[in-house]
Amino acid sequence: MTAPVAVASGLTRHYSVKEGLFSKPQTVRALSDLDFTLHPGKTLAVVGESGCGKSTLARLVTMIEPPTSGALELGGKPATPDRWADLRGAVQIVFQDPYGSLNPRQRIGQILSEPLKINRPDMKAADREARAREMLELVGLRPEHYDRYPHMFSGGQRQRIAIGRALMMNPAVLVLDEPVSALDVSIQSAILNLLLDLQEKLDLAYLFISHDLSVVRHIADDIIVMYLGRAIETGTKAQVFAHPMHPYAKALLSATPQADPGGKRNRIKLEGELPSPLADLPGCPFAPRCWKTQDKCRTDRPPLMGDTHRAACWFPE
Amino acid sequence: MSLLRIRNLSVDFATTGGSFRAVDQVDMDVGPGDVQAIVGESGSGKSVSMLATMGLLPWTATVTADEMTFDGHDLRRLTPRARRRIVGKDLAMIFQEPMSSLNPCFTVGFQVKEALRIHLGLGRADRNARALELFDQVGIPAPEKRLNAFPHQLSGGMNQRVMIAIAIACRPKLLIADEPTTALDVTIQAQILDLLLRLRDETGMALILITHDMGVVAETAQRVAVHYAGQKVEEQPVGPLFASPHHPYTAALLAALPERATERRLPAIPGVVPGQFDRPRGCLFSPRCRYADDKCRTVPPPPLGPDLGFARCHYPLNTDERLAS
Repeated sequence: MTAPVAVASGLTRHYSVKEGLFSKPQTVRALSDLDFTLHPGKTLAVVGESGCGKSTLARLVTMIEPPTSGALELGGKPATPDRWADLRGAVQIVFQDPYGSLNPRQRIGQILSEPLKINRPDMKAADREARAREMLELVGLRPEHYDRYPHMFSGGQRQRIAIGRALMMNPAVLVLDEPVSALDVSIQSAILNLLLDLQEKLDLAYLFISHDLSVVRHIADDIIVMYLGRAIETGTKAQVFAHPMHPYAKALLSATPQADPGGKRNRIKLEGELPSPLADLPGCPFAPRCWKTQDKCRTDRPPLMGDTHRAACWFPE
Repeated sequence: MSLLRIRNLSVDFATTGGSFRAVDQVDMDVGPGDVQAIVGESGSGKSVSMLATMGLLPWTATVTADEMTFDGHDLRRLTPRARRRIVGKDLAMIFQEPMSSLNPCFTVGFQVKEALRIHLGLGRADRNARALELFDQVGIPAPEKRLNAFPHQLSGGMNQRVMIAIAIACRPKLLIADEPTTALDVTIQAQILDLLLRLRDETGMALILITHDMGVVAETAQRVAVHYAGQKVEEQPVGPLFASPHHPYTAALLAALPERATERRLPAIPGVVPGQFDRPRGCLFSPRCRYADDKCRTVPPPPLGPDLGFARCHYPLNTDERLAS
């Protein structure tokens, strides 16, 4: 197996928030103790509901914020804040909303060449333009689009531009934060195909963040299921979808509507909502909503257990 | 006798670039207790057609229809005063964005009770009791406390439940849910859809579900209307629609779903939905259709018969069964 392009161990991010003027600051545990390994040409999907720490993870991996504790290694080098500037080219991000992530005052050519302008100041303008035009073709746009503004494009085309911009620095890792959830189904499939093509061509590693399990099932190689800032189940796509071990993973899979009107399924109904991330429950974070909860779940936090398919549950399925 | 009957509904918007047809000759029949889904991509006119039914479109919109009746009322000729007596009471709607549809200046309890006061004329104590009952019904925990909460103090899922509580407060005969679960997580989505179906079973209300999620449609609806660029291109009961779509657009839409994929590459639909200035002369889907020929590009196809799902297509798919039977 080839060397991993990114390795995270014990990645943790806490935020401190103040509720009132005189109250003691409280800690939001947005991400706790996450491990993962990204290999070139592979897609690691991170799934979970809002508030589970998916986006915090994206911010840590793209070096927008330092982790509170834990370490991230990119291409064998530790990604500490003093090395960020050198490593940023290796990790790039595509955001969810292509209407918000492109500057409406810049032409597509400018949007695409800006990363080079900032990170490779010694590069000639003509070279930058050549590279941007090359990229336009790579992501399936036409040469005449170079001089147009973002408002002249549809959502799908904009997302192609955003992907092109992320690829300008030749990254090894692409963080995709819900890249298709703002798009219509017919456009979504074209973007997913593009991502698959690019991955094959450029041997990219994807960190694919999504809440849409049918998309994840299609594109992922490995999966991390998160709940309240913690990984509660990890494994290959086949393992997680065929035999979800953690009750939450099982409930999540069963709650996802499937486009098969005849199919009868046992939907597991979860009661309640996510508990507040301010509360640091001593036991399993899913215990208040779980149907299998026993005393042990409320007092002892289960670690991830298993060899390739791991789940953080005392009583896995 | 259908509860809502719409014939030949068109909505035109006056824009600076001229008139834009957002809804084009749409028919619809919904009976008591029906669950009708409307699916389509953004810009397909699915929300606008229902807003027209509710009478909530701005003055720039021109609504024309041969027939538009709800529960014996002619919605086209209703005075604003008469309309206000129906809308919110017998005909209610859940909007897509709970955070922006609720008034941030008032507690959610006030907003629920407002409907009860205006439409049912209940007294203060009765209103309070009914509001508690409603919150309980939609699954809001600790309703006494939540009545006094402002929208920003509640999560998206809770606000959506408040929206549903407001919509069902007067036991409507028809509930129009415009993307009721799009902003929510899947586990909450499952709870909300179960709630809507339970309400239908309990009160016999009809439900129109506007969505773009084929999974939600497959699991909740009885009949499905597929909209494209303002037109209804096909309508069938949910089973046959997924099994044998007649319009090429429906077929392409279903094929593009990742979960129906047979290969690593998904079959995509090339091109985009036509806009105001590039509306095709013939079939609206013809620029993106695999099967389109010269006839499709020049002659707009009229809707076919009910056995072909009212498909607006010259060359409908999956017609073999009909020929065999």
